[in-house]
Amino acid sequence: MTGETTAALLATTSGGYLLVLAIMLPLIGTIAIVLLGGQRAERVALVVAPLGLVIAAAILASVWSSGQPLVYIVGGWRPPLGLALRSDGISAVMIAITAIVMCATVLFARGQFRGPAPGVEGRAQMVFWSLLLAVWGALNAVFLGDDLFNLYVALELLTFGAVPLVCLDGRAETLSAALRYLLFALMGSVLYLLGVALIYGAYGTLDIVLLAGVVRSEPVIWVAVALMTVGLIAKTALFPLHLWLPNAHAGAPAAASAILSALVVKGSFFLILRLWFDVMPGQIHLPAQILGFLGAGAILLGSVLALRQARLKLLIAYSTIAQIGYLFLLFPLAVGSGIASPFASIAWTAGLLQLASHAFAKAAMFMAAGMIYEALGHDRIDRLGGAGRVVPIAVFAFAIGGLSLMGLPPSGGFSAKWMLLQASVGEGQWWWIIVITLGGLLAAGYIFRVISPTLIQPFPAPELKAVVPVSRQGVALALALFAVLLGFVPLEPWPLLQIGRTAVEAHLP
Amino acid sequence: MTLLPLYYGLLALLVIGVAWWTLVARETMAAVIGFIAYGMLLGLVWAGIASVDVALTEAAIGGGVTGVLLLRAAARLRPTEPAPHEKPGLVFRVLVGIFCAIVTIGLAVVVLFPTDPAPSLAIAAAEHLPALELGNPVTAVLIAYRALDTMLEKVVLLLALIGVWSLGPDRNWGGLPGRAPAVVTDSALTFLAKLLPPIGIVFGVYLLWTSADNPGGAFQGGTVLAAMWILAMMAGLRAPPAIGSRALRLLLLSGTITFIVVGFAGFLIAGGFLSYPAAFPKALILLIEIPMTLTIAVTLGLLVSGPAERDKTS
Repeated sequence: MTGETTAALLATTSGGYLLVLAIMLPLIGTIAIVLLGGQRAERVALVVAPLGLVIAAAILASVWSSGQPLVYIVGGWRPPLGLALRSDGISAVMIAITAIVMCATVLFARGQFRGPAPGVEGRAQMVFWSLLLAVWGALNAVFLGDDLFNLYVALELLTFGAVPLVCLDGRAETLSAALRYLLFALMGSVLYLLGVALIYGAYGTLDIVLLAGVVRSEPVIWVAVALMTVGLIAKTALFPLHLWLPNAHAGAPAAASAILSALVVKGSFFLILRLWFDVMPGQIHLPAQILGFLGAGAILLGSVLALRQARLKLLIAYSTIAQIGYLFLLFPLAVGSGIASPFASIAWTAGLLQLASHAFAKAAMFMAAGMIYEALGHDRIDRLGGAGRVVPIAVFAFAIGGLSLMGLPPSGGFSAKWMLLQASVGEGQWWWIIVITLGGLLAAGYIFRVISPTLIQPFPAPELKAVVPVSRQGVALALALFAVLLGFVPLEPWPLLQIGRTAVEAHLP
Repeated sequence: MTLLPLYYGLLALLVIGVAWWTLVARETMAAVIGFIAYGMLLGLVWAGIASVDVALTEAAIGGGVTGVLLLRAAARLRPTEPAPHEKPGLVFRVLVGIFCAIVTIGLAVVVLFPTDPAPSLAIAAAEHLPALELGNPVTAVLIAYRALDTMLEKVVLLLALIGVWSLGPDRNWGGLPGRAPAVVTDSALTFLAKLLPPIGIVFGVYLLWTSADNPGGAFQGGTVLAAMWILAMMAGLRAPPAIGSRALRLLLLSGTITFIVVGFAGFLIAGGFLSYPAAFPKALILLIEIPMTLTIAVTLGLLVSGPAERDKTS
């Protein structure tokens, strides 16, 4: 790539200010909640959520219609000295997914966290709502950052927003789960930061677009990216650094579990994509295969462990480990026969489709599990009898979300797995076919283990602990239906995902 | 300067020695004291390679505030200390050892074969200083070139504080942080807490003011102010404020809010988010930095004070 085209990639585009709004609006919401008090938190969130959705839609529409990335140069200081925010096709998709899940979570969590008296701030109320919006802003910062250190700050925002959500109920076991999560996440931050320092020392810039033009295959970049990848894997909970996830995601309140499992782990995954596909020079066959094998390990181990869980929320959490595994199959399949091959773009589409459908399905399933818990007073899988009678819509939402995880048509999960299989065949990497198929079978196993008891009507009927309003069950169902709707997108590569990809542009003739 | 290599050699050995001590110390308290010494020594190392800004931060945060935090944690953990610890298995320890070895070798390779000449943005950073009416390039990086990072870091601090607060019991929410201090009368601590703050406050303000042209800054100044406040609270001369207090929340957020307001005002007066108008950059930078120093001081003081464990009335 010549210097001129690089410079052209880094100038504020019209509509670039939307990127600033996408990051700042949720964070302003967080600040407003701390200032005005938790008793007004819900109202703040109900203002921020629809605005955030509109901004996300505007970004997606703008990138899609112009076919060009949106760029904003912050403060007018151009990289390498200053910072750029940049939304390519993938960023825009990620921002849209985040906005949808966040809006659903806001609706789902309404009225769930109350103060000790009307007008008096409660602990969980203030902490949940302020951090929920903080996680939203942090994710948008992760998706839009074009500078590796700016992305470090975004990761820190994400970590410090997410960890306290795990121990919101204050029980000893959730505290220890949160502490373990914090230690894994901070180890990840340290490794990432070390890599950032090495890259700056070697190239004098941290801007991803500029780096793509100057990075050579030499020891320093390999060491740096390896360290950063291990750090990000710890944050993403990819096997074998997944040990913190099950208790953390299962111990949080349902609304928090939903965003932790659906969105937060995807933030660090997204940065691994950025590092390997946008910063690194070509030749990443071996690391891509390694990441793929770790993903395969995650699919098999996560699914088997999910099958063996006695509690519903833990089962869903282990299933997250497995579903994260599928995301990493993107690496070997997208670099197989070159970055510009048709199968590479199929793998990209499959990866993003898997990411989106898992986000919708998993958020819906955690919400459903939370409502089943509220209604029955427990979430032991062997005593779920009658759940289908007391919270029918929630159980239906769980089942539909489950279809997508299994990969049954029509669902986003089916399309994603189908295209992954297509890419495996096309690239001649048959070994992934076995893993994908086995993973689907195991997922069917653990989903049916939950669904079959809910349909039985035990005698005597289970005691109803709380009535769950239909509107909240409807939120979970709507999210699950989003996962199904993704099954109707055409089974072909989306050109949207290729917009603004530096690596792709560099490889064009 | 024949003694300098000897000084740096000894300093390097001392840093490694103290790091080792911190790792192998059996008692938490001893390890914490080792860690504080380690922070101070690292400050000297940074000063030795002419990074005075980093040295100040390392000493203030790495040795100072983190030290107080860890000391308090260690004091609280003391009753549980004699209990037998879970020891990680042999396989785990070997794996950790291998991982550390790989990291060390990787770093050694990179450090031993540096890029020559090392690329740097120092010249570019200095070039725009007159336009910003600043003399210290570090301040320019923090408040202008990478202002978004600095702004988001303030939000990270806020989230850390919310995380600490979230650990308190529901019934005390909005109340006073920490447990009630033991009543101390006329100890050395009280004496120190009366003697130091006037000097410390002046020094903290100086660090902020001088940072336009010399090493210093909102973070370092705020940390010194926080230290004075923490000292007064620890000596029992000042009660910590109730975390539900509206005035406290406003003070806590003042710097971040000002930063964001000035950032968005840039759209109107300077052509973009976080841009400063060419006519009066210095005035706006000061407008941001003064409340930011307060925000940093209040946040650090509250982080050390801990979650609310007492009612407002106690």
